[in-house]
Amino acid sequence: MTQVRLGSAPGLATGRIATSGRPRGTAAAASGVAAAVVLVLLASAASIFIGSRPVQPAALLDPTHPLHAVLAARIPRTLLALAVGAALGLAGACLQGLTRNPLADPGILGINAGASLAMVLGMSVLGISDLSSYIWFAFAGAAVAGILVHAIASMGPGGATPLSLAIAGAALAALAASWTSAMLLADRQTMETFRFWAVGTVGGRGFDVLLTGLPFLLAGAVLALAGARLLDALALGDDLARGLGRRTGFDRAALGLAVVLLAGTATALAGPLAFVGLLVPHAVRAVTGPHHGRLLPLAAVAGAVLVTLADTLGRVVLPPAEVQVGIMTVLVGVPAFLALIRRGRMGAL
Amino acid sequence: MEIGMTATMIPAAAQAIPAGARLEARAVTLSYGGQPVVESLDLAVPDRRTTVIVGANGCGKSTLLRGMARLLRPTDGAVLLDGKAVHERPTKEVARTLGLLPQQPVTPEGVTVVDLVSRGRHPHRGAFSRWSAEDEAAVAEALEQTGTIELAEQPVDQLSGGQRQRVWIAMALAQQTDLLLLDEPTTYLDVAHQVDMLDLLAELNARRGTTIVMVLHDLNLAARYADHLVAVCGGHVVAAGPPREVVTPELVEEVFELSCQVIDDPVAHTPLVVPVGRRHRTDS
Repeated sequence: MTQVRLGSAPGLATGRIATSGRPRGTAAAASGVAAAVVLVLLASAASIFIGSRPVQPAALLDPTHPLHAVLAARIPRTLLALAVGAALGLAGACLQGLTRNPLADPGILGINAGASLAMVLGMSVLGISDLSSYIWFAFAGAAVAGILVHAIASMGPGGATPLSLAIAGAALAALAASWTSAMLLADRQTMETFRFWAVGTVGGRGFDVLLTGLPFLLAGAVLALAGARLLDALALGDDLARGLGRRTGFDRAALGLAVVLLAGTATALAGPLAFVGLLVPHAVRAVTGPHHGRLLPLAAVAGAVLVTLADTLGRVVLPPAEVQVGIMTVLVGVPAFLALIRRGRMGAL
Repeated sequence: MEIGMTATMIPAAAQAIPAGARLEARAVTLSYGGQPVVESLDLAVPDRRTTVIVGANGCGKSTLLRGMARLLRPTDGAVLLDGKAVHERPTKEVARTLGLLPQQPVTPEGVTVVDLVSRGRHPHRGAFSRWSAEDEAAVAEALEQTGTIELAEQPVDQLSGGQRQRVWIAMALAQQTDLLLLDEPTTYLDVAHQVDMLDLLAELNARRGTTIVMVLHDLNLAARYADHLVAVCGGHVVAAGPPREVVTPELVEEVFELSCQVIDDPVAHTPLVVPVGRRHRTDS
């Protein structure tokens, strides 16, 4: 082994040039965390205090206020939006990294649609009605969809390329979505329960819904964040990743499990939300660069803020009606997506 | 460069018997889709020297390198690293001894030079361990030795082909392995940058004593920079040894199906292959 010659390049050895293995200095990291906390708090405040009916913020602390219940009900809703958004942002960043595919997204690859279909099948055919049971259907649907899309995309001559994955995913998503719609239309009872859920919503849910999903979201998040260095290695190509001592098949399976946990739970809690997993990592990457140690946590924060703000916006655009968050993320997402294409950010990772 | 050149000018006799071979292929068979590409091949890589594998397209030279780098599991035989089968050892442990630069690594969009080179530290780090002074020093040294320290903060995708290849070499150096395998490190480079790249590798070999194994297309550059030249044809080693002994008109005919003359390279005094080709064939 070659002797390390400390101080051979004084600037580097003293940390003048920040290397990727650690955050860019503790001060920069601290200000990043502070900015993230402030953003989340602002989005949460907006989500609790802004709605179709103007309410004095003081009503939240006053149980006798006639509109206290309105504000109180927005707290679990806000927490759910934060959790679902963070999960989708993180799942998208993870999926784009592990497939080395800038178009990868739990929505585009059919993972959310697969989770939805499995849940509707569970409810409609097996009569499952409580979240703690149908969350397992969401996982199964997400996993089957992910594996199917990858298998279909791999059949082509070039293997699972960004294009073949996107086409296979779009096809499977369309198939699963139309099947889901057909089942909902045929089954009035399921339709009544889940017509809002089917377009994506975080409203009308209590703390119990969030608490049921939380362990799965946390497990997925821990797995994904622990995989940051694996993603950094995978980004260099499979050959080089293996040369650096990675077992690429095992790593992909572990990261894929994280995506299924995150995207499956998010879909079970709030329905299939489009664009969040695609857009958020792209926008965040423009700030952090391709280093996953910074990209993943920030994608979680940005996803949380985006979904929370989209939900808030959905409550004020057409008063007194509410526009579901699943529709709002598409309305917000499409222009942002077009902007990314114009700026040429859709290239290879 | 000076040091690199003297290393290649060690008298042939001194190079004939390698001191040892930490990396060895023993009767190794490598297959793609059930079809053997390399068959029952034996190869000992001399320690602290530069070994160059040459051969025609599709002869199995890259497959052999992939097999030695544990990217391809042998269907028969074994690749031994320090006496143990490389495919059986924990892959991260192997990665601390054996480095690899594939032909076409992927450059993540927007990655800076220092970020990319730092990823070479991967096998030396635990899942959650902090970036250590040792990591920092290894990266600094790699940047310095490849002359890329001035580029440290630049995005890799904006560099020229020659600079980019230097950055990849730096990443491999940051891995601090005793052996380094390279699959055609001069592909896509113009001739000046090819020579520059090989000079760099010769310097590293001389300075660090890193054992280098690479696949090269250009027979003359291979003859110039190899201590140990391995000619592969049809999945077999047809000749191995110092370039002066290996490169003969007969061997070039056998391996490349090319008639040629072999003269003395006026600069490096290694064998220089001058192809004849159909157009200039007058003697037959």
